[in-house]
Amino acid sequence: MTTNPWVWLAAILTLCIYTYLYKDNPFYKFAEHLFTGLAVGFTIALTWHNAVQPLIIQGIFRAHDWVLLVPLGLGLLFLARFVPKVGYLMLIPIAISLGASSGIGLPRSLEAHIVKQMQGTLLTPAMLQHPFDPYNGLVVGLLVLAGVVCTISYFFFSREHTGALRVSSRIGIWFVMIGFGASFGYTVMARLSLFISRMQFLMTDWIHIIK
Amino acid sequence: MKKNVPLAIVLVLGVLFAVQYFVPSRLSQRLYDTTLEWDIIISIPALAIAVDSLVRHHVVRIRQRRKGWGYSWVYLGAAAVMTAIGFSGGISEGGLFMNLFTFALAPMQSTMFAILAFYMTSAAYRAFRARSPEATVLLLSAFVVMLGLIPVGAALWRGLPGLSEWMMQVPNMASKRGITFGIGLGSAATILKIILGLERSWLGGSE
Repeated sequence: MTTNPWVWLAAILTLCIYTYLYKDNPFYKFAEHLFTGLAVGFTIALTWHNAVQPLIIQGIFRAHDWVLLVPLGLGLLFLARFVPKVGYLMLIPIAISLGASSGIGLPRSLEAHIVKQMQGTLLTPAMLQHPFDPYNGLVVGLLVLAGVVCTISYFFFSREHTGALRVSSRIGIWFVMIGFGASFGYTVMARLSLFISRMQFLMTDWIHIIK
Repeated sequence: MKKNVPLAIVLVLGVLFAVQYFVPSRLSQRLYDTTLEWDIIISIPALAIAVDSLVRHHVVRIRQRRKGWGYSWVYLGAAAVMTAIGFSGGISEGGLFMNLFTFALAPMQSTMFAILAFYMTSAAYRAFRARSPEATVLLLSAFVVMLGLIPVGAALWRGLPGLSEWMMQVPNMASKRGITFGIGLGSAATILKIILGLERSWLGGSE
């Protein structure tokens, strides 16, 4: 067994979390509260070192970049919530953050979710060179195009699913099921690999059964 | 007035930054970078409010001796210790702060995700019964992908890893792309509603 106290700490906390597989118990509850507490402390310290120190302490008080007092003042309006009479002032920093992030997010969301996806679905002349290539061929390109159109048609609820829409939505649900099944399988395997790595840690680093 | 000013700010900044994306100039880029920096500074006091809210919740729990109040001491103690170490000792690699992250936070987080494998598997056992053709497709797809990712799959049939990869890359991608279109349209519609002041839940109250 290891004599490293840090490895002992990690191993004991790992086992505390695993006890939940039996049922909710004091060991798990202890680890759960320790985890959330440490996570809060971690976030506070990271914010201090990565945002408060470089932007406020260095920027305003050492580099004398007085313009930064404007966002700091706006941010301090959040504290108005503690004074009921002027509590509404906290809507100002929320509005600034929300407005800027909405404006920044709108074109980027459209590009990432619509334009890039359309580009990826388009059939290209290069596909004709190897039409039966299992990944980049024309047949697969047509299959992907059909899959995308049918999946969208399944989620199109503005018209009753009858006639051609019924056929395409029926095909769409098959694609959706394959997608959900594949995602599920992939996620389970990712979680299992995490489980294996935790067991490996316990067996290798902690009790040295595996060398 | 109390609500019109915030709504006007959202409208002006929303339109400004939506247009900014299409203006390729140094000034436009500077405006974008400055806004991101300002946004970080603005949000720092919000973190203070979040911490205050959490601390109050646990202090009240301890004062009123609610069920499990002792764990609130664990929470408050852990938060205080981690914050104090981060403030005093720094956050550099190899220090006490990063050791607490590596040997306490990270193992607990990955173990929590790891135990999800058991719950997902038991949930799947109940949900993945081949009651209809669609459910059978879901079951087969998950089965092929899972088997394709482990050595046993290749031992059973050499083509299984390839089939698993193809399913992830082709039919799975096609369905994900269709869903992504929906996400894109939905998020664009929500953003437009916020910018135009049609979505007002963020103002609080009955709005």
